[in-house]
Amino acid sequence: MAEVLVYVDHVDGAVRKPTLELLTLARKLGDPVAVHLGPNAEEAAKTLGEYGATRVLAADAAEFADYLVVPKVDALQAAYDAVSPAAVLVPSSAEGKEIAARLAVRIGSGIITDAVDLDASDEGPVATQSVFAAAFTTKSRVSKGTPVITVKPNSTSPETASAAGALEELSVGFGEAATGTKVTSRTPRESTGRPELTEAAIVVSGGRGVNGADNFPLIEGLADALGAAVGASRAAVDAGWYPHSHQVGQTGKTVSPQLYVATGISGAIQHRAGMQTSKTIVAINKDSEAPIFDLVDYGIVGDLFEVVPQLTEEVKTRKG
Amino acid sequence: MSLRIVVCVKYVPDATGDRHFAEDLTTDRESVDGLLSELDEYAVEQALQIADEADSEDGAEITVLTVGPEDAKDALRKALSMGADKAVHVEDDDLHGTDALGTSHVLAKAIEKTGYDLVVCGMASTDGTMGVLPAMLAERLGVPQATLLSEVSVENGTVTGRRDGDAATEQLSAQLPAVVSVTDQSGEARYPSFKGIMAAKKKPVESLDLDDLDIDADEVGLDGAWTKVEDAAERPPRSAGTVVKDEGDGGKQLAEYLAGQKFI
Ligand SMILES: Cc1cc2nc3c(=O)[nH]c(=O)nc-3n(C[C@H](O)[C@H](O)[C@H](O)COP(=O)(O)OP(=O)(O)OC[C@H]3O[C@@H](n4cnc5c(N)ncnc54)[C@H](O)[C@@H]3O)c2cc1C
Ligand SMILES: Cc1cc2nc3c(=O)[nH]c(=O)nc-3n(C[C@H](O)[C@H](O)[C@H](O)COP(=O)(O)OP(=O)(O)OC[C@H]3O[C@@H](n4cnc5c(N)ncnc54)[C@H](O)[C@@H]3O)c2cc1C
Repeated sequence: MAEVLVYVDHVDGAVRKPTLELLTLARKLGDPVAVHLGPNAEEAAKTLGEYGATRVLAADAAEFADYLVVPKVDALQAAYDAVSPAAVLVPSSAEGKEIAARLAVRIGSGIITDAVDLDASDEGPVATQSVFAAAFTTKSRVSKGTPVITVKPNSTSPETASAAGALEELSVGFGEAATGTKVTSRTPRESTGRPELTEAAIVVSGGRGVNGADNFPLIEGLADALGAAVGASRAAVDAGWYPHSHQVGQTGKTVSPQLYVATGISGAIQHRAGMQTSKTIVAINKDSEAPIFDLVDYGIVGDLFEVVPQLTEEVKTRKG
Repeated sequence: MSLRIVVCVKYVPDATGDRHFAEDLTTDRESVDGLLSELDEYAVEQALQIADEADSEDGAEITVLTVGPEDAKDALRKALSMGADKAVHVEDDDLHGTDALGTSHVLAKAIEKTGYDLVVCGMASTDGTMGVLPAMLAERLGVPQATLLSEVSVENGTVTGRRDGDAATEQLSAQLPAVVSVTDQSGEARYPSFKGIMAAKKKPVESLDLDDLDIDADEVGLDGAWTKVEDAAERPPRSAGTVVKDEGDGGKQLAEYLAGQKFI
């Protein structure tokens, strides 16, 4: 059976959920071969094997952390040369898209970004994309070269499928460009203790209606009661009420949770671009004309300062 | 020699309009008004600020570059009225339907022809939203990429900046020539002044076609593309939900709904 390269996104060997989703989708196309760059490949290989990776090609080098993007492209290309895969799948993070883009140029292949599903066909993988702020669904194919496809988080639910996950060393030679952009310092994002925004099953977001950083604990309280991640509109972020890393929308994160709760958010097209594919959408807004209500499964027209605390209490009571 | 900055700007259909696909499954650019991609205004702004701070004796020259249909001139005019010095418009009927690989090829050729020390891009277009062109340009031009910067500055032939990544905030540093892209966190873009708008009318706009760039028609366009859109369907509207007015028990009602959906 053909092999499919899967680029692994991990934090010190802890494989992130989007990679498990990728392995699940990759199995529709062939045998997944994972590419793990950085430390703790052995730990990662166990998980990757559980989710169907037949082989895990691993490389570790200081360059991966010390320089931007290009060393990882060199390594992915080395894996590509070694495996001659039927397709290359990369998680749709900002960095993942850049790695995929440069690989596509190097190997002269077409690239599709932000796929939300993949299917096999006689002519190679068909990618489903959700475009124009999720108003359209397209089916696309790479027509020249080996398909390079980036896939959005939450595109499928990860399913285990035990495979060997055999760890193999990948030898990588870095080109001249690898050291072009130096990472002179790195400050890891502080963990909030809440689920990762793009991976969460439930997201509770606050917008301009929250009316101040001091009020965001209200949103956090509801999120914690539901076990959710916290999101924010750009208006709330631009006002300095909540960190940009939590922004949902076109220039923030795209989320596709089971449940999205929008509080004090009007539902501008750029915000919708980041949340419209959520399974269930709920909104609290005092303006019955707010466009967000066009999207909701359930909406409350009311003051969030009344509704949210009551909801939070009720959730806590019901959960016991 | 002055610092030569090339800013890549895209002309896109207005996101607040009713965007569609044409019959050949390319973006319908007829039925919705076009404009300079809002995210590329940030690129123009940062270029202007870098130029302002450039060594005053040598100064800087900003060229705005677009690949797009005739109307894409509007995007160039807007950038010129913000303060860019000149414009290059790559326009050719054979470009219709070009994908990311093809567009990066054309842009790279045009950038090389124009001459550059620094290429500035937006973080992503507002129509294709791929966010891949800057990385592709760096790869093709063989120069460093310092992308997705929320802060950027150029000094002594080095570009530095802050990149807010998924897991960490990074400080980057690269030697010129280089390709950078800037985010919408990099600072509000200026509005063109009346004077700027008048001045823009006299600024040079150079038109280039594929011949000028030594590119064969079969390397670009719909037929030359590396990707193929096979189907585009409007997403069915979400079925109308229940909207209730809070009469004092809105929070409880919502909890009831969420419990019914098994979220609690
Ligand atoms: C290129 C570009 C990219 C963009 N990217 C993004 C993006 O990534 N994410 C994003 O979110 N936006 C983005 N925007 C901005 C977007 O256009 C909107 O301006 C923004 O989403 C508005 O945020 P909001 O809904 O919080 O604020 P508003 O539109 O001001 O809405 C606030 C809402 O709160 C309601 N409200 C007020 N008080 C209360 C109360 N007490 N109780 C209940 N409801 C209340 C109001 O009725 C109103 O509907 C982008 C814009 C551009 C041009
Ligand atoms: C809905 C949709 C989906 C698409 N999906 C794919 C796909 O999966 N694969 C594919 O190969 N193509 C795809 N395309 C085509 C692709 O968008 C265009 O080929 C485009 O030129 C490059 O991608 P982008 O607009 O997403 O640019 P991005 O990579 O998002 O743009 C980043 C920056 O590059 C610069 N830039 C981009 N385009 C131009 C331009 N024409 N002139 C000057 N500067 C520019 C700007 O500075 C911009 O801010 C898609 C197009 C649409 C409308």
